[in-house]
Order: sequence, then C-alpha cells, then structure tokens
Amino acid sequence: MFRIIKRTDLTKKQSVIFRIIAIFGALVATSIFIMLIGFNPIDVYVSMLDGSFGSTYRFKEAIIQAIPLIITSLGISVAFRMKFWNIGAEGQIIMGAFAASYFALYHSNIPTGLLLLLMFVSAAITGGIWALIPAYFKAKFGTNETLFTLMMNYIAQKFLMYLQYGPWKDPNALGAGKIALFSDNASLPKVFGIHIGWIAAIVLVILMHIFINKTKRGYEIQVIGESENTARYAGMNVKKIILSSILLSGALCGMVGMFQVSGVNHTLSYQVANGVGFTAIITTWLAGLSAPVIVVACFLFAVLQQGGTYIQTAFNIHSSVAQILQGMILFFVLGSEFFIQYKLVRNRSTEHKIGKEAA
Amino acid sequence: MKNEVYIKIDNLTKTFGPVVANNNVCLEVKKGEIHALLGENGSGKSTLMNMLSGIYTPDSGSIYIKGKQVTFKTPKDSMAMGIGMIHQHFKLVEVLSAKDNIIAGQKESFFIGNKQLSQKIKNISEKYGLAVDINKKVYNMSVGEKQTVEILKVIYRGAEILILDEPTAVLTPQETEGLFNILKKMKQSGCSVIIITHKLNEVMEISDRITVLRKGETVGTVNKEDTSAAELTNLMVGKAVDLSINRVENNNNKTILDIKNLTVVDEENVKALDAISFSLSTGEILGVAGVAGSGQKELCEAIAGLYPIASGSIEYKGENIVGKNPRDIIKMGISMSFIPEDRLGMGLVASMGMVDNLILKEYQNQKGVFIEKKTARNLAEKLINKLEISTPGINHPVRQLSGGNIQKVLLGREIESNPDLLITAYPVRGLDINASYTIYDLLNEQKEKGVGILYIGEDLDVLIELCDKIMVVCNGRITGIAEASKITKEQLGLMMAGEHMEKVMGVGM
Repeated sequence: MFRIIKRTDLTKKQSVIFRIIAIFGALVATSIFIMLIGFNPIDVYVSMLDGSFGSTYRFKEAIIQAIPLIITSLGISVAFRMKFWNIGAEGQIIMGAFAASYFALYHSNIPTGLLLLLMFVSAAITGGIWALIPAYFKAKFGTNETLFTLMMNYIAQKFLMYLQYGPWKDPNALGAGKIALFSDNASLPKVFGIHIGWIAAIVLVILMHIFINKTKRGYEIQVIGESENTARYAGMNVKKIILSSILLSGALCGMVGMFQVSGVNHTLSYQVANGVGFTAIITTWLAGLSAPVIVVACFLFAVLQQGGTYIQTAFNIHSSVAQILQGMILFFVLGSEFFIQYKLVRNRSTEHKIGKEAA
Repeated sequence: MKNEVYIKIDNLTKTFGPVVANNNVCLEVKKGEIHALLGENGSGKSTLMNMLSGIYTPDSGSIYIKGKQVTFKTPKDSMAMGIGMIHQHFKLVEVLSAKDNIIAGQKESFFIGNKQLSQKIKNISEKYGLAVDINKKVYNMSVGEKQTVEILKVIYRGAEILILDEPTAVLTPQETEGLFNILKKMKQSGCSVIIITHKLNEVMEISDRITVLRKGETVGTVNKEDTSAAELTNLMVGKAVDLSINRVENNNNKTILDIKNLTVVDEENVKALDAISFSLSTGEILGVAGVAGSGQKELCEAIAGLYPIASGSIEYKGENIVGKNPRDIIKMGISMSFIPEDRLGMGLVASMGMVDNLILKEYQNQKGVFIEKKTARNLAEKLINKLEISTPGINHPVRQLSGGNIQKVLLGREIESNPDLLITAYPVRGLDINASYTIYDLLNEQKEKGVGILYIGEDLDVLIELCDKIMVVCNGRITGIAEASKITKEQLGLMMAGEHMEKVMGVGM
C-alpha cells in the first residue's frame, strides 16, 4: 500500500517543527495514561510546570537539576561524535566526586579558593582517567568500549560504597553508613542563590560549541566520527586524538561529580551520580550532539524531574508518572527521526493505471 | 517460433525520492536472442532489471512474460516465471561448495538426493559448457568460476531468461570470451539473455539487438547489423563524442619513485604484494592493470604510508620513505586519491561539504588552535568553475552529489595541493563518458607539468591509450611492465591471468 521514500528536501526549520510535534504527541499519549489512573491531565501538567516555575525556589531547584545534566551531556557528546559509545559517565561522575571529596574531607584546612581549585582539578583528572582506561584498551586491544565503560560504572559505585561503609565512615554518625559533611570552605560559592556550577555550565557550553566547530581538534573529531580510514589517510594520529578526546569527555563528567558534592550535597555518597550519567545519554542524543541544543534538552528533562517530585506531593501521584512522560518524549522524538528522514507515499496501483489508459 | 516475445515491458516507472530512475521505459525481448541493455551509469539499467527480477516493485507500468501480465512481489515470483538474474556482486555463500550454493533455498524434498542432484547439475553443465568443479568451495574460486556457479544456479532453478548485470567488469578478456561462448550456447537452446553493459565492443560482439537507455528513458532499440559503435555512443550520450584520448608527450623524465622488492602482508598473513619492483619517472603515467584484488589497493596504501610494509624499499626522490607516517609523506608531495568501491570510504568525509573536505589535508599546516576556512571557500568556488562541479552549495554534503562530481572534488583537491607524485586509483569508476574525459584531461595536464602519475585502472582500452607504460599485477606479483603502445588488450589479459610477459609477447607476436 505504502512505500518508504528518503527525504532530501527537509529544511532545518521543518525538522525542528517535526520534533516539537513529537513532544506534543508524547504529552497527548501520556494524558491518556493519566486519565486512566483517574486524574485530569491538564491539571497534572500545569502543576508539573508549577513545580518548576511556580516560585523562585522551585525554579532554582530545576536549574540545580539541569547543571549536572548539561555538563555530563557535553562530555558524552565529545565521545559520541567519534562514535565512541561512552556510557560510563555515571562512573566518571562518581570518581570525580570521590577525588574532590578526598580533598574536602582530609585537607579541609587549605584556604577556600585553593581547596576548591584542587577539588575541581583532581575531579576532572580522575574522571578523565576513568574514561581513559577503557579508551586505552580499545585503542590497544580493540575491546568493546560500551561494555567496558558500563562495567566501570559498577566498579566506581561499589568502591564508593566500600568507602562509605568502611574507611570513610563518619565516626560521629552513630553507626550509620554516612560520610561526614564537608566544612564550609569546601563549598562552592553561590551566585543568585545557585552554586556557581551554572556559570560553569554556560561557559562550557559556549567553549564546547567553539571547540567542535572552530578548532582543528574539533574538526579532527568530526572526521574521525565519520570515517577513521579517511582520518588516517589525511595523516591524523587517530589513536592520539581519540585518547585525548575521551580524556576530555571523562574530565567533563568528573567535574560534575565535584559540582554535586561541593555545590549540592556537601557530602559524598555512593548515590552521588543518581542516574545523571544515564539520563545524560538520552539528552545528548535528543539534542543531536549539539552543545546549544543540549541546554534545551537538559532543561526540559530537569523540569520534568522537578515537576515529577512536585506532583507527588500535590496529587499523591508517584513521580514515576513524570518518568513515563520522559520515556514517551524519547519514544516520540526518536520516532519522529524516521519521518524526518523518510516519508510515506501511497503506491499507485498498476492495474488502475492500465485501466485508465485503455479507457 | 524464433520471434516469440518472451518479455514485454510496458511504460515502467520507478522513482526513488525525488529521483526518477525509470520513466516510462519499454523493452521487448524475444525468445533465443541476446539483448544488450546499454546506457551510461545512472541511466536506469540496473533499476529496470531489478524490477524485472522482483527486487523492486514498479510505481506504474506493467510487465508481460510470454504474453501474460505479471506482478512480482518478491524475487521468488520472478524466479518462478523463469527469470534468473546474475548480479554484479555475486550472491554466493563463500564457505559452501558450488553444489550447496546451487541447491540452497530450494524446497523440493526434505532429504537431498545427492546422486540425482549431481547428475542434474552435470547435465546442465554439459549442455551449456559450464565447466566447474561442483564440490569446490566458493572461496577457493576465481571470479570467473564464481560467475559460472551463479549461472549454473539460476539455470538449475529453471531460468529461461537470464539477466546479467555488467558480467564482464571483473573478468579478464579470456574469461569474457568463455562467458560469451556460454551465452551463445544458451541462446541456441532457446533461452533469452539480457546483458547490461556499457562496453560498446562487447555489445557489438555478442548481442542481437540493443536497447539504449538514457537518463531513465528508452532512447530506442536497434538491430546490431544496422548500427555501429559510434551511433550507439551518440544514442547513449545524446551527442557526438570524440572517443580518443590524447597521449601527451613529456620528455623531461627523471626517476621520482623507485620501488624495490616491496612485500606487504595482509591480516590473514598472505602476501598481498610479493617482492615487487618498478620505477616511475616525472612526466610519466604508469598504468596498473590487474583483476580486482590483485594488490592494487595495498600498493597505493603502502606508498601513502597507510599499509605496514614487511620488507623492501620505496625510494621517493632518492629517499627511502618506508616507516614514515602519512603526514610526512603528504608533506613530501605525494598525493593519493584512491576511489574505493563506495567512493567515499577514504579520501572524503561524506557528510561534510566541499569546504570541509578541501581542508582535510591542508588544515594541519595552519598555525594555531583554530581552523581557517576562508582559503578553502575560495578554492571551492574556483574548483566549481574550473571543473564544472555541480553542487547546490559549497557546504552541501558531498554524499548527495553525483559520482562524477564527488570524484572531481577529490581529484581537484589532490591536484590543487601541487603534488610531485599523484597516485590515482579508479578515478573514472562509475563516471559517464563526458566526466571521464574531463578526468583524463586533468591527468594529462598534470603530466605535462612533470608530475609522476601512478594510474590504477580498470578499462584496458583506456590504459593503453592514456598511459606511457602499463604494469600488470596478478596475485601481488608483477607479471610484466610493457610500453603501452606496443601491447594489445589480449596480451594484457593473459598477463592479468598470471602469464609472464616474455611468454605472452612471444606468443602474441
């Protein structure tokens, strides 16, 4: 009946419209579910927005949720551009948080500025190394980076669990498995009531956009992502470029760990990454690896998360409804990719045409 | 009933997105004839045949087999009507024997009656002169043998109408001769053969009638007796074309490349190049002939520093470049434009536009961290004018350009880098006649400037006309290096099959 035809004529504007329609479609589909469990979807959506924009406090909370997502997505996008499937952002965040916490807990006598700098740099380096390990094995022995980075997540998480319930356990916590709170000089300063991670995020987005589009290394990354053979042919040192870029990818994720422990939690726990490393894979992909669009996608997801928590108190609906909506958006937007690249055309029937000619 | 019409195709149309591949195409094939389908690349020959063999469904129009209208939903339907297609890239299971390939997918009975089967295959082989060892594994076979198996396979499955898509592209002249004998035998026993090709001499040799396609439309059907190669070319291209290539003379010859005992080993530890030695001078075009996969790719990549070298030396301007990285080799003035089968695998970045592709090799010479594209933008405009590249814009992804334009971008970039040594592999692959001649002119222009050119080619006629010398490779060894003006296609063919030049020249003259 129908056949599939590849589109070549779609403008940028049209493809954006397609995606917006997809998000709208996801809202409609989730509405059906919300109605089935006995609520008015409009009310629920409105209060989800209310949860993120209803007060300055809520809006700040949404921003705080968006910061780690944005920076992690930037890190992932560098790796994904080279078709290096780094799904180990979670572990890289955790290891960054670990390194930062080491200085916060055991060198808290260092003056604030220097301490924060040490925490930041050590977090970036540790996160970077955590990503570099699988990259090195891939370059050297051709191991599968998807599995390798994934497994590194669990190692990082279990390592922190060990610290939390073992050597780093706070002796004053009366036996509970908790790590001590940081002292004040290990806390990130605030600007407009939000830790300065938001400024870092904006700066990093701009830098990343310039890096990918205007620098030689950015160009090399794009070429390698397209074809390693072409890159070798052009005389690029492919292995070196991949390794250094993965170091950068991991370092960005590591920074997130530092921002979370120092700016948000003021302590370390093995749950520090809280799934950000995985959610960021989704937002990166939704944003088509583009740095400016990452900001939009991450903010959208932060609003959904924040709204999800809010409807839990407002309607007594579990916050998983918001996750269903997230899933729906992902489903519809990825589904819309098909319609952006292809269109369906009705087949003209052969017999019909012959009949007409005969007549 | 010699004049019974086997196939009648009536106003078939097929579109792929905005591209009309076939527009109201008509074709009539009679019983017991060899019908050539002639046209340039992209004229819609393969699309038409894919519809006839049930791989594509037409958008409109109808197909009649022996007077009955048919609709093919799958290749099986087409097979059931006695149509067998031999594709350009063989569809054989490499690890199985010829026999297993022939019976694969046939639902006759649960058990395979081995003896009967072998007998049946043997009968077919004898009837048509298809000599092949049916117990041999496909991966041990030469290209010619694989093709024979393909033909056996479709006849075994009951084909009376055989479609061959560019069957001679990968064959040596001797193998081609063998194939043509088979086709003639099939014709005598009442089968019809459709042969897709763009080689005029073959058309004139084998076919009874010829249908010419141009830009997806039927230009006309002619009897072989009533036509000539020149007329067919005019029909194909739409205007008269001068078919001769000039061989430019350049006497300023100094050795620029001197290769001694070069050996490289591939991943399976097989010697892809086995102790080859040759030299190339400035202002010389050295052609390389050989059946696909005889070591041409490895030779190009070895010189460009992309392939590990087991032993031997490559002296460029007197300096051994073995062990240098591709970057240094590019800087020394060696330029390689390798056109792989998919055209975009190496050399160009498919999703990027002309500008980003033009800076591919040059950007590393830029200073600083940032990349500068202004020069490349100007160069892109210049190349578009000079080489008549048609593109919607300088930043339009090269993937969406036509094959000829893609090749012009690639070769244009290499030439603009002012190389002293130009390695070019299959530069006219898939190009139409006009575009091919533009490329030959470009190469001759470089030759006049004193550039040494290593030209890996496919079409022996072109090699003989364009090159000064022709080196023939077979299984990674050189079987001879001959003056192009003193050798014939047949002699080259024998050398491609592994005969040494001394022997060939002795026999041939």
